[in-house]
Amino acid sequence: MAIQDFEKIFQEKINEEIKIEPKDWMPEAYRKTNVRQISQHAHSEIVGMLPEGNWISRAPSLKRKAILIAKVQDEAGHGLYLYSAAETLGTSRDEMINDLHSGKAKYSSIFNYPSLTWADMGAIGWLVDGAAILNQVMLCRTSYGPYARAMVRICKEESFHQRQGFESLLVLSQGTDEQKAMCQDAINRWWWPSLMMFGPKDSESTNSDQSMKWKIKRKTNDELRQQFVDMIAEQIKVLGMQLPDDKLKWNDERKHYDFGAINWDEFWNVVKGNGPCNKQRLEARRKAHEEGKWVREAAMAYADKKASLNPSKRGTLEAA
Amino acid sequence: MKIQIRKFYYGDIPEENAGGNELKIASSIPPLEAGEASWPLWEIFIRSKQGLDHKHVGSLHAADAAMAIENARDVYTRRQEGVSIWVVESKYITASNPEEAGELYEPAADKIYRHPTFYSLPDAVNHM
Repeated sequence: MAIQDFEKIFQEKINEEIKIEPKDWMPEAYRKTNVRQISQHAHSEIVGMLPEGNWISRAPSLKRKAILIAKVQDEAGHGLYLYSAAETLGTSRDEMINDLHSGKAKYSSIFNYPSLTWADMGAIGWLVDGAAILNQVMLCRTSYGPYARAMVRICKEESFHQRQGFESLLVLSQGTDEQKAMCQDAINRWWWPSLMMFGPKDSESTNSDQSMKWKIKRKTNDELRQQFVDMIAEQIKVLGMQLPDDKLKWNDERKHYDFGAINWDEFWNVVKGNGPCNKQRLEARRKAHEEGKWVREAAMAYADKKASLNPSKRGTLEAA
Repeated sequence: MKIQIRKFYYGDIPEENAGGNELKIASSIPPLEAGEASWPLWEIFIRSKQGLDHKHVGSLHAADAAMAIENARDVYTRRQEGVSIWVVESKYITASNPEEAGELYEPAADKIYRHPTFYSLPDAVNHM
């Protein structure tokens, strides 16, 4: 069969909503796009632990501390689900980690903003995880099987993240004047970067929409962003706070909220490595990796030694 | 500043857009040492409750079987999703080839008499 025939069969499967599995034939560009997207998603989960990890030791109560630890542990788990989904496409964990550490691979720009106050933990949960969830719910139906399955698992766990964030802000919004001010300040700082998480406007595209055709992605950036604005604009009323956008207004004709222009210069600046924390984040990841090297080596040496002393120990299914 | 904008989906910023600073930082730091043996990959199967089969849930890296089980506990059962874990090194799994799916499963296609609906019985014979 010619390559065009394979591509035709492949596209027909996609059109019929048949998932693509690791050993199936797929166009090289489909494989590459998935590797890039899944690994960037994984890196985002891993780097995303840093702004929140920053507050674990300073959480205001034992309850909040336990919640935050559980959330950060979830992010680590989500990173691992995604790395293993990417590995089914023939890339290795080491390659992906190397690409992150060299700056070749990206992660979500939102994590290059600093977490300055305790209220940021609430704002991140509500806004950042809220934005991520919309994207992830869509990705539960993505065409690559292992990615879709990882997403289903992640979505099940993610809604606690958004709820705890909102609840934490709700407590602050009913607190002292200082607490209210801290809550509003966190919302002010995280609102616009959260909107940028969905990526550039659809109208600024010069790319053909291959990702949509392959059903890797099923909604456009603007559709998801609008969905997010509509959701948050309602929820913020419960908090009694304001979104920092004087153009935000219900549009009865469109049945959606209108909102102000996003600063795309800032977005590209942060993507290109000039955000407030890009350097810090990468250095933290590299440091963790380098300082963990002896642990990885020691574990491997121990496993090798044990296997050589007791080779018959392999295969202990009967114990299950 | 002139910025050329192409469309990138959330979580999908292409490599050529990696920009300046990070690559500059990176060039000053050596890559992972060649020869650092990475931990092998393990496939994880979880029994969600007594009476059900173990089901494949994903994979992870671990130095040995004991560590694979501990990691699987942390990665895949944080919310009581399991009561039993199997781990098997991925290299020991042999999988059928999807390109041979046609001839592999074809013999079952024309044996409709293997299904109960093949037999039409009088209504008097209820629930057989």
